[in-house]
Amino acid sequence: MRKTLLQVALLLVVLSLALSACQPAVTQAPAPTAAPTEEPFTFGMLLVGPYNDNGWSQAHYEAGLYVEEKLGAKMIYLDKVNPADRQGTTPDQLAEELVAQGAKLIIFNSDDMKDASTAFAKKHPDIKVIMASGDQVWKDGKAYEEIPNLTNIMGRMEYGKMIAGCAAALTTKTGQIGYLGPLINDETRRLASSAYLGAKHCWEKAGNDPAKLQFKVTWIGFWFHIPGVTTDPVQVSNDFYTTGYDVVISGIDNPVNLTEAQKQTAEGKPSYGIAYDYVAACDAAPDVCLGVPYFNWGPDYAKAVKSAMDGTWQSQFVWSGPDWSDINSRDTSMVGFVKGKALSAEASTALDAFIAELAGGLNLWTGPLNLQDGTPYLADGEVATDQQVWYLPQLLEGMEGLSASE
Amino acid sequence: MLKGRLGNLAYQLGALLLSFGVVSLILLAVGASPMEAFRNMFNGSFGSMRKFAEVLVAFVPLLLVTAGLLVTFAAGLWNIGVEGQVVLGAIATTWVYRFFLDSSLPPALVILLAILGGMLGGALWAALAGLLKVFGGVNEIFGGLGLNFVATALTIYLIFGPWKRPGVASMSGTVPFPDEFSLPLLTDLRISPWALALALMGIVFVYFLLQGTYFGLRLKAVGKNFRAAYLLGIPTWQYSMYSFLICGALAGAAGAIQVAAVYHRLIPSISSGYGYLGLMVAMLINYQAVWAVPVALFFAALNIGSIQLPILMKLDSSLAGVLQGVLVLFVLLGEGVRQKFGGRANS
Repeated sequence: MRKTLLQVALLLVVLSLALSACQPAVTQAPAPTAAPTEEPFTFGMLLVGPYNDNGWSQAHYEAGLYVEEKLGAKMIYLDKVNPADRQGTTPDQLAEELVAQGAKLIIFNSDDMKDASTAFAKKHPDIKVIMASGDQVWKDGKAYEEIPNLTNIMGRMEYGKMIAGCAAALTTKTGQIGYLGPLINDETRRLASSAYLGAKHCWEKAGNDPAKLQFKVTWIGFWFHIPGVTTDPVQVSNDFYTTGYDVVISGIDNPVNLTEAQKQTAEGKPSYGIAYDYVAACDAAPDVCLGVPYFNWGPDYAKAVKSAMDGTWQSQFVWSGPDWSDINSRDTSMVGFVKGKALSAEASTALDAFIAELAGGLNLWTGPLNLQDGTPYLADGEVATDQQVWYLPQLLEGMEGLSASE
Repeated sequence: MLKGRLGNLAYQLGALLLSFGVVSLILLAVGASPMEAFRNMFNGSFGSMRKFAEVLVAFVPLLLVTAGLLVTFAAGLWNIGVEGQVVLGAIATTWVYRFFLDSSLPPALVILLAILGGMLGGALWAALAGLLKVFGGVNEIFGGLGLNFVATALTIYLIFGPWKRPGVASMSGTVPFPDEFSLPLLTDLRISPWALALALMGIVFVYFLLQGTYFGLRLKAVGKNFRAAYLLGIPTWQYSMYSFLICGALAGAAGAIQVAAVYHRLIPSISSGYGYLGLMVAMLINYQAVWAVPVALFFAALNIGSIQLPILMKLDSSLAGVLQGVLVLFVLLGEGVRQKFGGRANS
């Protein structure tokens, strides 16, 4: 017995030596693959969530495919770039991995990576950086820094959210609209408030009693659910639907409110959801989806990547709105809205009228408007500046929910 | 003796081969080339100086945690709470940094105080698990697990509450500390030689503590047979507490490094799972300090190397975790098989 055991042990040692003897050959292998004939321009993308999250990250991923198609460039990407999924790493470190694979431009797709994108851009002045949703290089912004190789790109989703809010107000029977909020910051405050402004406008225009509209925001703590860390968005949606809120607008990275609405509807309680971020997000539960305001990052990314390719790159702050001639144009409109199957014909007509009003210059960010605590925000007739909208310090008066952390 | 050790090594190498075999099968099942995957992981961790430096960044806290766990394991304790001790180390370090944020003290002194604070924080959190065990009769596995959850909750409370960024409520973490509060890093690399030195000092300290001191001998006596050690006059519960304190301090140092040299702020997952990974390393090396450095380095390399899998092969990085888990399972299994059959043959 002991002898056979020893033989087995020796055999394993020999095998392992054989394996280690293979090592040199293994390490030499990649050399031939590293010399393609003509190299396309390579850009890298760091996605905060999964590339197929049916939301924020997928919208970015498909914009990357759009850039590949339009410019013949090559995309490499890494998804789930967040400290919960990629423990022990930092986004700037992961960006360097993409550079090591040949990327000349890196897209950081989340506000969670803002500090890391700044650090990375400063450390690598020869690599171009796009930081989506940030304001580092906005000259009129509060956090301006001169970083020549960094560009900020964001869409004026305020419009998309107003349309979403309007669709919610045109559909609700109870007058109670829930907003599934991610974390609290400037961006999420202004987007939740935009949804409220759209809802209020369409609610009152339809002749309803202004006092009967309830608009409540519940924040989960991050862009998507991290078990044990954030509040569960499924639970939050459920709480909304079971307490009289028959429409829930998603502000998080994936439309989990839709599946919950579908469940409630199946149980005999008509409930609706509005998705966010990604053009096809309603597909998760089409029968209860009123629509989706979405980002179309492709055109602006293509412009920025092209400028990096032909040497005309300039650091800039881009905040693009919808193309009002066709808000769903794939080539020109940064922000769009796709109606869902659950939107009634009547509501659809009213929604089109609202979109036409917005296209015609209607601006709901016009006073008189107060902040949530009653502080005057905009005087009667005063139109909010870009800075006032971007850096909205609180939710608006009439909204329920936290404006900042307790 | 030599034969025994050789046999031991052979078993572990056999387990290593088997684990690679299992992971290869998984890869083949999803239509990927195992050789290409292992090659990418190898290049991703040792392919360049920068990549090796990233491996060291993961290696430092992992080695500190492993070193600490060797002490509690020697005392016969399953200190699952090590994860929370890393977290409390990070919290205490953040607290010290915040306290001295506007002071005129030289940054080097603040960094030193912050790391000492982290060690103290980890030690105190470990002491809590120790007190529950010694005086409350709460098994350290359950006490530690509970305290891990409390530590996470405390982190989230601090990030959302008292230490939040102005106007923001996000899991993204606290405002980053100024550059001068960072442990000095090597030029163009992210590794701090000071952190590396601290980790190596930690394992050397534990090695000599366990191998070369009377304290270590008595600690092992407590671990081998608590009652016999007590009857021989060793103050057993005190030794349990000492081991908790030492492990907590080393785990706290890992948390301190995460704040002072890696993230430069407090984030919800600041411990990065190094506590649990350290438990696996400690089990894998059969609680022998001499193997801690190579095995911790191997695990860190798997973690960093696996980043290449999604980039180059569209595979999930969690493959590294599968490999680590399977490896530990096989080693434990090999151990069991050897005790069952090898032992009988010897007698």
